[in-house]
Amino acid sequence: MNKRVRVVVFLKPGVLDAQGQAVQTGLRALGLEASEVRVGKAFELTVPEDRWRERVRELCERFLTNPLIEDYEIYEREEVAAR
Amino acid sequence: MTAVTQIPEWEAAGLRREEYERVCALLGRRPNPTELRMFGVMWSEHCAYKHSRPYLKRLPAAGPGVLRGPGENAGVVEVAPGLAAALKVESHNHPSAVDPFHGAATGVGGILRDVLSMGARPVALLDSLRFGPPEDPQSRRLRDGVVAGISHYGNSVGVPVVGGEVLYEDCYRANPLVNVACVGLLPASRVSGSAAVGPGNPVVYAGARTGRDGIGGAAFASEQLEETSAESDRSAVQIGDPFAGKLLIEATLEALETGAVVALQDMGAAGITCAAAEMSARGGVGMVLHLDRVPRRERGMTPVEVLLSESQERMLLVVERGREGEVLRAYRRWGLHAEVVGQVTADPVLRVYDGSTLVVELPPVALTDAPTYRVPEEEPQARRALREVDLSGLPEPDPAQALLRLLQSPSVVSKRPIYTQYDHMVQLRTVLPPGGDAAVLRLLEAPPRGIALSVDGSGRISYLDPWAGGAAAVCEATLNVACVGAKPVAITDGLNLGNPERPEVAWELAGVVDGIAEACRVLQVPVVGGNVSLYNESERGAVYPTPVVVCLGVMEDVTRTVGTGFAAAGDVVALVGSDRVSLGGSEYLRVVHGKVAGTPVRPDLVLHRRLLDVLARAAEGGMLRSSHDISEGGLAVALAEACVAGGIGARCTLSPEFFGTRADLALFGEGPSRVLVSVPPERYEAFAELCARAGVPLRLLGYVGGDQLQLRLPDGEVIVPVAELRSAWEAYR
Amino acid sequence: MSTGAFLESDRPRSGLPTPDPRFAVVVFPGSNCDRDCLHVLRGVLGYRAEFVWHEEEDLEGFDAVVLPGGFSYGDYLRPGAVAATSPVVRAVRRFAEAGGLVVGICNGFQVLLEAGLLPGALVRNRGATFRCEWVHLRVERADTPFTALYAPGEVVRMPIAHGDGRYHAPPGMLEEVEQRGQVVFRYVGRDGRTTPDANPNGSLHHIAGLVNREGNVLGLMPHPERCSEPVLGGQDGRRLFESMDRWLRERARLAAGRTR
Repeated sequence: MNKRVRVVVFLKPGVLDAQGQAVQTGLRALGLEASEVRVGKAFELTVPEDRWRERVRELCERFLTNPLIEDYEIYEREEVAAR
Repeated sequence: MTAVTQIPEWEAAGLRREEYERVCALLGRRPNPTELRMFGVMWSEHCAYKHSRPYLKRLPAAGPGVLRGPGENAGVVEVAPGLAAALKVESHNHPSAVDPFHGAATGVGGILRDVLSMGARPVALLDSLRFGPPEDPQSRRLRDGVVAGISHYGNSVGVPVVGGEVLYEDCYRANPLVNVACVGLLPASRVSGSAAVGPGNPVVYAGARTGRDGIGGAAFASEQLEETSAESDRSAVQIGDPFAGKLLIEATLEALETGAVVALQDMGAAGITCAAAEMSARGGVGMVLHLDRVPRRERGMTPVEVLLSESQERMLLVVERGREGEVLRAYRRWGLHAEVVGQVTADPVLRVYDGSTLVVELPPVALTDAPTYRVPEEEPQARRALREVDLSGLPEPDPAQALLRLLQSPSVVSKRPIYTQYDHMVQLRTVLPPGGDAAVLRLLEAPPRGIALSVDGSGRISYLDPWAGGAAAVCEATLNVACVGAKPVAITDGLNLGNPERPEVAWELAGVVDGIAEACRVLQVPVVGGNVSLYNESERGAVYPTPVVVCLGVMEDVTRTVGTGFAAAGDVVALVGSDRVSLGGSEYLRVVHGKVAGTPVRPDLVLHRRLLDVLARAAEGGMLRSSHDISEGGLAVALAEACVAGGIGARCTLSPEFFGTRADLALFGEGPSRVLVSVPPERYEAFAELCARAGVPLRLLGYVGGDQLQLRLPDGEVIVPVAELRSAWEAYR
Repeated sequence: MSTGAFLESDRPRSGLPTPDPRFAVVVFPGSNCDRDCLHVLRGVLGYRAEFVWHEEEDLEGFDAVVLPGGFSYGDYLRPGAVAATSPVVRAVRRFAEAGGLVVGICNGFQVLLEAGLLPGALVRNRGATFRCEWVHLRVERADTPFTALYAPGEVVRMPIAHGDGRYHAPPGMLEEVEQRGQVVFRYVGRDGRTTPDANPNGSLHHIAGLVNREGNVLGLMPHPERCSEPVLGGQDGRRLFESMDRWLRERARLAAGRTR
């Protein structure tokens, strides 16, 4: 059995998010109000169901994210679809 | 596209009734739906140049050193013994209006592949951009997106953007112009071609997989943009992958090294259809293609989708039979897809199979045999009236204030914030970086030689007088190249105009082409290829007819490059070239008086040729400390720029007889064939003699020195500190 | 930190002294400055240098490895992240552990950080745009194999060209890097002082380049290969390669001396 997951990655709070700032400036230039904009990325992948959370964590720690500068959150794909 | 219930299928495919009938006559039958769509795209203005081909024939294409002229993927000219340069300019105007980032990026990708198709390694890019005024947020968004897109693609593939221009006019608001030129280098003996030959030779598809990108994109480029275009047209904008573009460059060059490649062409507009048709037609042969062998990115693609897909980063090659393995290996080593998808046939018919089903069967020459159209040319009365506007009553502003306003004008202001977003140093050839009159690249293959490159367009001038604009663009591009110390050897031109079915646009097209043609003829610089982009028009109106000229020059010794900045106190400041200037169409008239009117100066082409020659000799003899083409803003702006570039001032006197009656005309009037030089005092006499012998006017203006620009006029003085000139000129918006 | 002492494993492999150091220039799919580096090493400096493909697992016989600039793997995932997993980088790790010299330039620096061969990370420039321009650097250490031919505190000029050059390390790591003196190049103004304006990308502590604890692996964002010939606008980068060459020759000489 397989598990479909989504991983959402953002820069750690202490790291300057230059893209986030650029997006915020751009929004303002268009006359749209938004604050504390952060830019991240998302991955979707399928892993074997057994110990899936552990597996995904390993993928994140070893490759998908740079733990020095990025934080991540793991979502089950059904969870996301329900929103 | 609107509901298709009642529209005839040929109209839905983008053809006129007469064109459809012509297709039927050529085939001797009705085309099937797939074939019809192929004709629709191949016979679009974008692919077939129906309205411009008759005019383009007027451009002189031959010259010593021209190895490939117009009609190939790029022109090729010899730049050193045994070494050739491929060059071409392309536009990506319509896609950039809809999606500036991806539109501009794929424009870069496309022109890189055109140069690569000639067997050349791309070594330089130049961009010529035009937008609405930067005060308009939408125009600024387009500009920033386009610059980011060019930066993204060019930097990723490791080809430096070494020069360019950015200008702003109201007419480009809804129709930005994005013209990108590419130059590549290759051994003169190894120029590739696109003519397919050799029945039985395999046809190889190489590069990225095929998806549904840009289906109908070529037809889209041939339509006017409507205000509501943004959403529905987005599917027509292709997304490029510069990583794949870089791999394609390396793999293709490696494949060419094997010697097994007979012909190649990139798949751009109209995808595999265009490449297969043009390669076959040029070789007088036919092809069999198997669509099921084409690597695909999406499921369930129909034959017509595979045939017309404009997925990026793909090449079509004809390979020597038995040696296809070498070519496939080269591409696969770099991680790209490569498959044999067909073969060349002696029978000049293009047969396309989807599995075992024959879906297309027609002569390739039919696809490349679109009709041409001549629209009666008619100069609009309003345009003539505009030229004849009397400017003699214009009030004269304070010259110092006018100068500062001009320096801050978006079209004049320093473009450093733009060009520093482009990697302009990669490949270690850039000797003179962006910011000067032309870029200079050294030829590592043939030291100490180098090439110079400049891109210059002329919109406003062409609007008022198309012939003058076309000729002026050529004059400016060749002059910029000469100013750095190089000799112009070839040109590639990009024409950007409105709807060619209108008589006034036909008049503009004719004038602009004739101006370019005459200038190239007299200056003896051939046009080795180019591009035409039409239908740059919306409900708000058309763009100014805007010819964009890229000039390539050669230098014997790159260490003798001449920059634009004043350098040493005591150097003589002089104006060399024509004295004829006008306020008509000038930047000053627009910025300070808010007018676009008057009669621009028509170039004296014979004088211009002599000027180019003088500059070449002067550079060779090391006579010039600096040299700066006088263009937007006239003499005063050129003086200011030379002071700022050199970080030093100058003291000049404009004599009454030179000055004339109006300060603004003398200071800000514009005209072709004018250069501001600074000469070491001990070389001035020799330089003066050189000019005299060549019959080129030379006018001593003053001397370099101090920290201000001081201009003594018959009835007053203009004094501006260099620091103030600099802060005005660096006020980028 | 070793500054000149040699590890026992530095014995020349063949047992014979090799007077001419051999440089490897790694080529990843997407590398752009590989040809530039080869041009400087071979064409300008006359060194023995050759390309090494990213699939190569054996760096036997090489004395120095250069990871060049560019956009390996299109900067996908994170710049340098995918290249860091390639066979050649595994080989570079072993090579570095054995004391070989490694220099990562721009994207090469990113690869070394992602591979954990250097501490810290590089993120998007402060202004979020790509910047290609000349900058001033202060040489913080002249006692590394890469900077022996510079003077300590010397201010030099080199070009940068990057969009993701902002050096970041968490506070503890940053302190350690400074205390151990691992910073080799810092962005400064013409007068040699660090200021926000002189920092093109917002790097913490204005760090432009640093070495590992052992001192044999250097990563820097500026491009020394772009300033190794006067015609291109400056020559301050040349001495970086010359320092490496000198150090390697000295090492070979000493090793040859010991084997007699």
